[in-house]
Amino acid sequence: MSTTTAIADPRQRLSDTLREAASKYGLIAVLLALPVYLAISDLAQKGTLTDLGNNLVLGLSNGAIIALIALGYTLVYGIIELINFAHGEVFMIGSFVAFGLWGTFGIHEGMGVPGMIVGLLAAMLAAMLVCGGLNVMIERVAYKPLRNAPKLAPLITAIGMSFILQNVGILWLGSSQASVPDLINQSHDLLTVGGVVINNGDVLAAAVTIPLVLLLTTFINRSRLGKAMRATAQDPDAARLMGINVNTTISMTFLLGGMLAGAAGLINLLYQTSIWYLQGFQAGLIAFTAAVMGGIGNLKGAVLGGFIIGVIQQLAEFRLGAEWTAVVVFTYLIMIMVFRPQGLIGEETREAG
Amino acid sequence: MSALLAGTPLKGRENFAIAVVALAAAALLPLFFDPLSNITNNCILAAAYVVMALGLNIVVGFAGLLDLGYVAFYALGAYTIGWFASDHFSSVDGGEGFHVAAGEFASNLPGIHLNFLLIIVVAVVIVGIAGMLIGLPTLRLRGDYIAIVTLAFGEIIYRFAINGDEINFAEGYKLTNGRQAISPIDSIDLPFFAPFDSAFSLRPFYWFCLVLVGVVLLVNFRLRDSRLGRAWIAIREDEVAAASMGVPLVKTKLLAYATGAAFGGISGAFLGSYLTSVNANNFTFGFSIFILAMIILGGLGSIWGVAIGAILLSFINTYFIPDVFNTVPSKFGLDFDLTILNFGIFGFLILLVMVLRPQGILPERRRALELTEGVGAGDAIEVRTP
Repeated sequence: MSTTTAIADPRQRLSDTLREAASKYGLIAVLLALPVYLAISDLAQKGTLTDLGNNLVLGLSNGAIIALIALGYTLVYGIIELINFAHGEVFMIGSFVAFGLWGTFGIHEGMGVPGMIVGLLAAMLAAMLVCGGLNVMIERVAYKPLRNAPKLAPLITAIGMSFILQNVGILWLGSSQASVPDLINQSHDLLTVGGVVINNGDVLAAAVTIPLVLLLTTFINRSRLGKAMRATAQDPDAARLMGINVNTTISMTFLLGGMLAGAAGLINLLYQTSIWYLQGFQAGLIAFTAAVMGGIGNLKGAVLGGFIIGVIQQLAEFRLGAEWTAVVVFTYLIMIMVFRPQGLIGEETREAG
Repeated sequence: MSALLAGTPLKGRENFAIAVVALAAAALLPLFFDPLSNITNNCILAAAYVVMALGLNIVVGFAGLLDLGYVAFYALGAYTIGWFASDHFSSVDGGEGFHVAAGEFASNLPGIHLNFLLIIVVAVVIVGIAGMLIGLPTLRLRGDYIAIVTLAFGEIIYRFAINGDEINFAEGYKLTNGRQAISPIDSIDLPFFAPFDSAFSLRPFYWFCLVLVGVVLLVNFRLRDSRLGRAWIAIREDEVAAASMGVPLVKTKLLAYATGAAFGGISGAFLGSYLTSVNANNFTFGFSIFILAMIILGGLGSIWGVAIGAILLSFINTYFIPDVFNTVPSKFGLDFDLTILNFGIFGFLILLVMVLRPQGILPERRRALELTEGVGAGDAIEVRTP
């Protein structure tokens, strides 16, 4: 590609550059349209940007949860090019496990801060382990037998798995949305910066997400297994020839993705103070949108996409009402798929390009 | 190739004979039961789902485009009848209403009332166009990305259906009625027949739906053996090869979406009239998967298989789960009804079929080869990346 453009005349090169720029920055422009419009209308009406600031903070904390789930999608897609449709449900089960453990550990609203931190950490670890294990099991049951089948086959079993898990959720806690105790006093204003309120929930989301993402990146970039994962993602056959146990590597990828979903499940529980079996379906689709937005298969992209989608979701909810959020997010999803399927920082794949 | 061409005329006659016998036998069925029997009701639903499943089969089974938003077409078909055969737009013409060949009863009501046959035409046009619009963004995409885009479209239509009561075009012109449902819908009133009345007998609905099934079966067989049908299968098997052999990808894919969607719309309009209400609650993602499960169970791409799969799953949904096995959990001392788990059961069925017998109950020969060659046998010929 680059050699042909080098030989071609300058005009050609200019139009190519323009086209590339349009495809690269067009999406960013589209993404910015909504926040910029809101900022202008805020300024015109109230003269301050407080609303926008508040929404950004809320959106970023929402985005932190979405980013954790999106990482699971992107890890799995990166390694076996499969949309793990049941991933949202793994996140949902994470919430359920964590909620169940509050009762077991005796975590309640009135207890002291140190006790609660220890209890919640234990609940999070347990939820992470259960979800990681669950994700590995899903891979064994639903995807591994179909490794050589046409690509749509595992996607279909993934959908089946997702419905099964939803029904586990129904059996567990019933089919209506339930509220859970607000353990961390979620909406308590912790500090106010220039009119922008930051509350306990926002701090929690950041405090859990940032270390986990750093840990994950370090693991994938530094550890032996991380290296194996990257090799398998690049070329499974070559990786196998180099002595990498591809099956174990794939299982480990699912384990990591599931663990992140479990952690996200606990934060979501504390942040939204509600729980129901459909939360995973919705969050899963939104997180998938985030993963695609950043460029599926790309870890940085998933986190970036998570934050962007979190903000978009929050702004849409603030302006149009919660019932229209999904429409806005899915419209973004379709636009990204159509105009820039490789995402913001992803590379062009055969599937997308 | 030879398998495709050999004996097509004979096979065609064979299928025609099977269809005539099967439909004739099915037509006699309700005579054995009470006119208002629940069994007839279940049969009507099954027949309507057969129409839908055969529509989805064109998109997924023939053309190989995994459509996870098929419920959008059901919804649009149902809303077509909701808009044009009820008092939903009650202020049309100053409350006088607008009637075209509507039945005797409906002719005096406010709102728009078209004859059911006209509704079918309108539904086919609306839903066909919607199918193409939804198909457009997926043209450049392949495989799982198509699935997600169609899913997103399905969800968007569902949200519009749910929140449509907030959208007013003018006073008294709401887009939908949301969860309140547009109701009542005019009953079917065909020329030369007495108006259908579900309070009196369900049989006319059933026979009408059987006619629909017959037409759809005929269209399906003729399409499959046509130039277009072969183009669909070629695209499914290898898009690049098909394109280089001169198959116009855009046109062929859009026609698959439009045709598949049209069947969904027809069935949706029929169900709207039969259930006398159009409720946004019915248009969830689960319904898309319900129909998808039918064609997977029956055998992707196999017309008879899909029909059987649809009937089977419909009866599992309307009869076996609620009436036969509903109390099974309580016999084991578990405190829940099986009906709340119906989607889990469908999910389990999809999983089971896909892992154990991906070609379905009654497979299409080509598809079976495609689906099974990869497991073991194909490795020597073609190395696929996992």
